[in-house]
Amino acid sequence: MSRIGVFTCWCGENIARTVDVDEVAKRVAELPGVRCSLNYKYMCSDPGQAIVREKIATEKLDGVVVASCSPHMHLKTFRKAAQAAGLNPYLVEMANIREQCSWVHHDRVQATAKAFEIIRLSVEKARNDAALQPIRVPVTRRALVIGGGVAGIQAALDIADAGHEVVMVEREPSIGGKMAGLSETFPTLDCSQCILTPRMVEVGQHPRIKLYSYSEVEKVEGFVGNFRITIRQKARYVDVSKCTGCGECWIICPLKRNPSEFDYGMGMRPAIYIPFPQAVPARPVIDKSQCAKLIRNGCGLCEKKCKAEAINFKDEDRLVEEAVGAVVVATGYKLYSIAKSQPKATLAGYGEYGYGKYKDVIDSLQFERLVSASGPTGGVLKRPSDGAIPKSVVFISCVGSRDNAKGLPYCSKICCMYTAKHTMLYKHKVHDGQAHVFYMDIRAGGKGYDEFVRRAIEQDGAQYYRGRVSKITQEGGKLVVRGADTLAGMPVTIEADLVVLAAAMRPADGIEELAQKLNIGCDEFGFLLESHPKLRPVETNTAGIFIAGACHSPKDIPEAVAQASAAASKVQVMLAADELTREPEIAAINEQTCAACFTCIRTCPYHAIDRAELRTPRGAFIKNTARVNPGLCMGCGTCVSVCPSKSADLQGFTDQQVYAMVESLA
Amino acid sequence: MENQALGQVTSERLPVHFPDPIQVANCYQCGKCTAGCPVAMHMDVAPNQVVRLAQLGEWEKALRSRAIWECVGCQTCSTRCPKEVDCAGVMDALREASLARGMAAPGRYFVVAFQKIFLENIHRNGRLNELELIGHFKVDVLLHTGRIPFLFKDAGLAPQLGKRKKLHLIPGRARDRGVVERIFERCSGERKA
Repeated sequence: MSRIGVFTCWCGENIARTVDVDEVAKRVAELPGVRCSLNYKYMCSDPGQAIVREKIATEKLDGVVVASCSPHMHLKTFRKAAQAAGLNPYLVEMANIREQCSWVHHDRVQATAKAFEIIRLSVEKARNDAALQPIRVPVTRRALVIGGGVAGIQAALDIADAGHEVVMVEREPSIGGKMAGLSETFPTLDCSQCILTPRMVEVGQHPRIKLYSYSEVEKVEGFVGNFRITIRQKARYVDVSKCTGCGECWIICPLKRNPSEFDYGMGMRPAIYIPFPQAVPARPVIDKSQCAKLIRNGCGLCEKKCKAEAINFKDEDRLVEEAVGAVVVATGYKLYSIAKSQPKATLAGYGEYGYGKYKDVIDSLQFERLVSASGPTGGVLKRPSDGAIPKSVVFISCVGSRDNAKGLPYCSKICCMYTAKHTMLYKHKVHDGQAHVFYMDIRAGGKGYDEFVRRAIEQDGAQYYRGRVSKITQEGGKLVVRGADTLAGMPVTIEADLVVLAAAMRPADGIEELAQKLNIGCDEFGFLLESHPKLRPVETNTAGIFIAGACHSPKDIPEAVAQASAAASKVQVMLAADELTREPEIAAINEQTCAACFTCIRTCPYHAIDRAELRTPRGAFIKNTARVNPGLCMGCGTCVSVCPSKSADLQGFTDQQVYAMVESLA
Repeated sequence: MENQALGQVTSERLPVHFPDPIQVANCYQCGKCTAGCPVAMHMDVAPNQVVRLAQLGEWEKALRSRAIWECVGCQTCSTRCPKEVDCAGVMDALREASLARGMAAPGRYFVVAFQKIFLENIHRNGRLNELELIGHFKVDVLLHTGRIPFLFKDAGLAPQLGKRKKLHLIPGRARDRGVVERIFERCSGERKA
């Protein structure tokens, strides 16, 4: 016979107004297994908790039911109180007679009867409770950061400065991401490279950061605190440990006219190259699709020229394994490609803007390179077609963004700001030039942002038109832009020398594959999903994996950095101890009765169930079985409901408990 | 000052220069001017659109609009503007420019005549001479339209105006004529330009 103590709370007037707490306490006392039943005005207050503690000790209670508010509100409070009195905290149940009874009923007699029934269920559950122990998971105190843009750099430096080792994986030959290619940043117009490159160098030289550039995440195994990451180091054909970064190789390379990825095709680079002079690591790579030696065993000049003997044409991809406890995903964004041919048919279009057809229709990142001091034109704005300085430039925002027909209904958030910045940069470079902007709305929420846009209009004379552009044609060396100004209610035609399209932000290529490897979710556009949009914005639904930056949603630099620091602090909390403690209310599988159908493995949304073998102590095979990984299970109960042999059960919420509760109502 | 026949085309895109403190670029088209305008419902182009046309340099449309002549200059728009754009000042400058280029909207003769006669009156006297204004205006309209009853329109209001000292039989004159001249010079840059 169990010894349950039931503690009914008045919640001031909240419960007592509608429920006759004395009557309830009296009736509950007569239930089988109930040792004592009390009521008190505020059970969660210190004196209230003292009553619970005292009764556990004096009545030698082996179960506690608190009839009050929701478990979300105070289950932890009462579990702590029970633990303080020496009772296993998982023997405490809560009967919610406030939200589910007193607050939603008026009739005192009926509400009292219902409160009694609710408590009766909880008493039945408590009678079938088992003492549980929190799960302890060992933690590898290192972190992986995927992506070396500004968000990844911030997260890596924060974690490394806190004393933990960080592994950073960057797909490109250098870290720095998109920000390294920007000319200046809004709303201060400070030089992007000047603020980023010192941080990049810090990453490169940090004693606790291990940088894998030109590498990708190949495979992810394990679970929170214990991930095993396989990293593919792509063949660089340059031995990074020998190379001094002297530059002889890329100077001698005769194949100089390859479109530079870093300059988005606005400039050229050799077949052996570093993306930009401030690259970290400042070590070149050979583009195997362009190198004459690698294609047809020709040339080889760089190898002959290299005094450090760092060139290795026989280089191959290598797989390395790293053990980490937590992962920060910061893979960033790419621009919506305006070109007519698209992998997805819905995205195709904007042929009307002539991107790809007219050389002087470019996207915003290309414009950044054209006005950047480190860009292919050395900071002099020359248009791609003939190198002339454009006297009239049209900027078009919302190209792709907020376009339901293109399947991108979201706002890319930063285009309004960078377009305003572009008009200013343009005006500062070409004083007699005129910038025209077509916009639908100006979204400039942020510190100093709206003032910045107004400055572009009022001081730097950018001409803004509220309306979308319908078509761009080329007539006699001029681009004729046909748009509308809905404010004046009239069509507008502008002859431009250069057109800049503020294309939508989309998650970087390969995000869906990566999300699959990490077992985290992404939305219909490929942006990674957070665990809760308000309260858990940097966590994912997989424990130990965090997100930062534009891989989550369109973000500007300050936001990406803030989110990266937030993710880093979450990682630091995780890595602060050698062990992780998790709630024990998770699934368990009776391995004796498991029929090894593995339906549970297929349905588990957290990939928390593995195949295992039962063997005798001597090692003889008995049977196959499914086994729950306590580090991953979130206790959702999906396996319990699908198991045909009823071998899966949820600890602390067993089928037996549910049946007992239901039967008590009969 | 060259006054040409109303409605005659003189220029298309000649810019209108606003007096210094008026910055039409500052307007962000919130529409508060139109919302508060007591005569906006009679305008062909709403006040915010007039400012918009000025931003776009669409002078032809702005100068030919009826709206600038409907404006009664009550200054409500300028007083309430969150960006401190003097919308009434814009209207005024456009009226002057419209007159100077002979682009005033046809069918607005009364307003146009009143505008001219009123300003001439002030220019001459330094302050308003009501009787002279009434005389000039009535005769001008009579000569132009030949409508005799117009001479006596609103005559019944005279006693009331007199009672409230709004109608001065012996008009005052500004003492310092130079100041008046300078004010007109500064404000009518457009007319000279």
